[in-house]
Amino acid sequence: MPMVEAKGVHKHYGAVEVLKFVDLTVARGEVTCLIGPSGSGKSTLLRCINHLEKHDAGELRVDGELVGYVERGGKLYELSDRQICGERAQIGMVFQRFNLFQHLTVLDNITIGQVKVKGVDPDTARVKARELLTRVGLDGKEKHYPSQLSGGQQQRVAIARALAMEPKLMLFDEPTSALDPELVGEVLDVMKDLAKSGMTMIVVTHEMNFAREVANTIYFLDQGVIEESGDPRTVLTSPSSDRLKSFLSKVL
Amino acid sequence: MATDGDDTARVVPVRHYGQWVGSVVALVMLAMLVHTLLSKVPSTTGQQICHTTNGVRSCHPLLVWRFGWNIVFQYFTTSEILHGLVTTIELTLVAMALGIVIGVVIAVMRLSTNRLLSTIAWSYTWFFRGTPVYVQIFFWFFIATIFPTLTIGIPFVNVTFIHIHVNSLLTAFVAASVALALNEGAYMSEIARSGLIAVDEGQTEAASSLGMTRSQTLRFVVLPQAMRVIIPPTGNELISMLKTTSLVSSAGVVELFGATNNISAANFEVIPLLVTASLWYLIVTTILSIGQFYLERHFARGALRSPPPTPIARLRADVRGVVAKFRTPRVAKGVSP
Ligand SMILES: Nc1ncnc2c1ncn2[C@@H]1O[C@H](COP(=O)(O)OP(=O)(O)OP(=O)(O)O)[C@@H](O)[C@H]1O
Ligand SMILES: [Mg+2]
Repeated sequence: MPMVEAKGVHKHYGAVEVLKFVDLTVARGEVTCLIGPSGSGKSTLLRCINHLEKHDAGELRVDGELVGYVERGGKLYELSDRQICGERAQIGMVFQRFNLFQHLTVLDNITIGQVKVKGVDPDTARVKARELLTRVGLDGKEKHYPSQLSGGQQQRVAIARALAMEPKLMLFDEPTSALDPELVGEVLDVMKDLAKSGMTMIVVTHEMNFAREVANTIYFLDQGVIEESGDPRTVLTSPSSDRLKSFLSKVL
Repeated sequence: MATDGDDTARVVPVRHYGQWVGSVVALVMLAMLVHTLLSKVPSTTGQQICHTTNGVRSCHPLLVWRFGWNIVFQYFTTSEILHGLVTTIELTLVAMALGIVIGVVIAVMRLSTNRLLSTIAWSYTWFFRGTPVYVQIFFWFFIATIFPTLTIGIPFVNVTFIHIHVNSLLTAFVAASVALALNEGAYMSEIARSGLIAVDEGQTEAASSLGMTRSQTLRFVVLPQAMRVIIPPTGNELISMLKTTSLVSSAGVVELFGATNNISAANFEVIPLLVTASLWYLIVTTILSIGQFYLERHFARGALRSPPPTPIARLRADVRGVVAKFRTPRVAKGVSP
């Protein structure tokens, strides 16, 4: 059973169709990169996967379970807010603008989800938080506030915060787009390590070298449609559609 | 800069002549104010003081403080005034605490996607901001005349659980607290709302993505950050409330202003007792302002790379600065003969 399976997922805002019958499959332990021009619906697709947005039609499953609904006797029942929160807690998300909790220290940013959502006791949560900080290379930054860290450091804390929930799937929405060029590498390195450890990841990115090196599959999204997909070498080196060709000529 | 090697260039600061003139004028006016405050004038009772020196009898009018300082200090700490002061503080704290709770609830309702809730919240603010607080105070004092009893039961059916006489429930103090709190809630809701709106949407999304419920997101992520925006105007509201409580004296609650009124009604020393009340209001306001400073500092954590200095730290830095100023010329001269 794949980790994520989308069949004919459709999403519109008013009259604007943002996702048009998207099919996508993400196998367990694999890294999938979503590429495509601005406004093509990449963020929207990610946000549908953890139900920050509600898709309007089609079937979207994470770990075999329908996102936002439960199937009983051939009928779909909408999940309650609490159940949706339970689903989200198992999916980590990393944002372009980090979105660290500004009023909390680095350590508290990493423990708050464990303590308040999973009910882990604070001491255990702190031990785990320190381990994760070591893993993302931020030993000794526990007591700092996000505003006292560089962008790259903040993004690594954000990754640690998501990992603290022990997610089965990680979503990255342009995790390096808000960073100065010299800070991009440190975040990508953490993500590469994570990929090596067997985490299932969906990454929206403009870093084509990262996609080529790490991705198992690349999806090219354009105007809400999956134009092309496949293994990185085929998609990036011998694109078949004109749209992908012109997109690649701009970003490579 | 064109300096020849070891000779340090002297820095001549900009001279602000306008500031000098302004300061002198301000100092003169300050001196006049102090002089008036501390001046003595002939007693209005026309009392005279007479001496006989070397068989010559001379009389001159009795001089008394213009602001009746002796009377101010005579009454300053009498139990009547102190009781009034305590009532004022109690009323302020109770009304403000309730007002803040009401305000946050109304603000959250106002921002809710539920149209009914947001309409109710809007109407609340509309009503309580739209009528004078003085009128509202009297309304709650006289509410027992239109609702003599309070009944808790199932509406529209004849089932009752509790039956209370409103007059016994709404003492003057309770009525005053309710009136002030409901009115304050309307103002606080606008303050709380602006604070909640000021928190970046990304914070809410991050909290959701961790699996926090909406109420957890509000309590652990949004409200603590909204506090930074909410606290300064709330401090103003608290100080304003301290003084608004004086309105309830005319409805029979003997708080600070009521107590000074009662005394001056008996001894006709109106101005000295007004001064007494004002001094107490100033003292409490000063204490509240200091508390506000530290509270703001506390909630600013994380928002600023380094917190603002405390007044004591600033004073120390000022002293150091002045000392350094006197020392610099010697250092700057350096190698000069
Ligand atoms: N809440 C919304 N209301 C209306 N339209 C929206 C909303 N959110 C997104 N859109 C529209 O949906 C389209 C897809 O947006 P999305 O953010 O998914 O694009 P994207 O591929 O992530 O782009 P980018 O690379 O710029 O982040 C855009 O045209 C955008 O204007
Ligand atoms: Mg996007």
